[in-house]
Amino acid sequence: MVEQQKRENTGAVLPSAQSLRRLAISESGFVFDPMSGHHFTVNETGLEILRHLQKDQDLAELLALLGQEYSVGTRELERDVLEFAGMLRKFVGD
Amino acid sequence: MSIDITVAITGMNARADNPGPGVAVARCLREAPEFTGRIIGLGYDALDPGLYLREYCDAAYLLPYPSAGDEAFMTSLRAIHDIEKIDIILPCLDAELPGMVRLTPQFDEMGIRYFLPTPEQLRLRNKDRLPELARHAGIHCPEIKTVTHSGFFYQCQEEGWSYPMVVKGLFYGAHIVHNADQAADAFREIAAQWGYPVLVQRLVEGEEYNLTAVCDGSGQMLGEVMMKKMAVTDKGKAWSGVSIFDQTLYDASAALIKAINWRGPLEVEVMRDNTGHYQLIEINPRFPAWIYLSAGVGRNLPLMLLQLILEQEIPELPAARPGVLFIRHAVENIVQQSEFEAVIMNGGQQLNPVPGAGQAATDNQSTAQATGNEP
Repeated sequence: MVEQQKRENTGAVLPSAQSLRRLAISESGFVFDPMSGHHFTVNETGLEILRHLQKDQDLAELLALLGQEYSVGTRELERDVLEFAGMLRKFVGD
Repeated sequence: MSIDITVAITGMNARADNPGPGVAVARCLREAPEFTGRIIGLGYDALDPGLYLREYCDAAYLLPYPSAGDEAFMTSLRAIHDIEKIDIILPCLDAELPGMVRLTPQFDEMGIRYFLPTPEQLRLRNKDRLPELARHAGIHCPEIKTVTHSGFFYQCQEEGWSYPMVVKGLFYGAHIVHNADQAADAFREIAAQWGYPVLVQRLVEGEEYNLTAVCDGSGQMLGEVMMKKMAVTDKGKAWSGVSIFDQTLYDASAALIKAINWRGPLEVEVMRDNTGHYQLIEINPRFPAWIYLSAGVGRNLPLMLLQLILEQEIPELPAARPGVLFIRHAVENIVQQSEFEAVIMNGGQQLNPVPGAGQAATDNQSTAQATGNEP
């Protein structure tokens, strides 16, 4: 219920933390979904975003964190994160 | 507990593009530290690879095809039993199951143990009964129709069917067809090879997932392993796959098994469609050819089946281990002419003879005479 409310607040643009927590994520960037058998790879930045999303970080918090770390415009950052989030949602079947 | 018995396993036709499960079942047992017995490979064709694999089989014999009838089958099996003293028989091919189930009273007389479904359980999971069973278990299933004449394919649109669709045999064979001519060809091929009825099934687009399990006959799954196909052969058979665990697939399979109180090994084949729903495609009444993955994830289901038959305590299985792959490969096994000759002329051979047992198998002419199968 809390999970659902959280998703509604973020406009369901992010995959649910619950779905992401089932993923097996290796430090090498290899990601495996034990439920679907699918796998993909991410770079360091993708890995970091994935880790944050697994901890139920909402979009605003995530953008603020990444904004401090990377010298990139807010709009560009948000576009890239949302694109990545869309791919993750498709991957985990959200 | 050590298992020192003689187990006969059928389905030694480990062809690269469409392997029978027998060799994989034998491999599961051979590599289990608990199993110290003998493995007898049973095949139907002198070119079945498992008949020559001494790392998995200690002796190997030909059987007459199921179409030859129960009497021919039993004559061969009795001849093999006289030599090998079979304790347990594990059938691994769909087409054998009806006959094997029918012959269980004779297995009892011979002292051969088995763990097979009842005729009714077998009927309930027939391909033409799947939609009814799926409905009962609360899982989706594409529509299936029995076809008796190829003319259906030229007027099927009038009955609401469209291409592509799947043309299937009751036991084996499945062709995805895109037009009436392809469908009629597939119909004739399946009917010629496997007889009637021929079935058509609506095509489900998606990804294929399989679950294999040993079931106790009272509606319980004693152990299961799930797999997603990662690459397939031209015939749609898994060339590589990865173990998974999906509670939804587990629950759906458990419901199916409970609905028919399945007894023995089985394989549930489903497609995950584009909306994320599982669609039941088939229930196979035996272990799948990829059963070695069960040993790979620490859940050796053929070993568990033996323990069940022998009424031994079944150790608790370790947790499912998603993420373990299998990748098949083709290997050329070198076979001496004398070995091939023994299978052709004597109907079988000793691969790892019991010390001091002599040449009983290769001296025995009766099995070859009884099979009559062309090489």
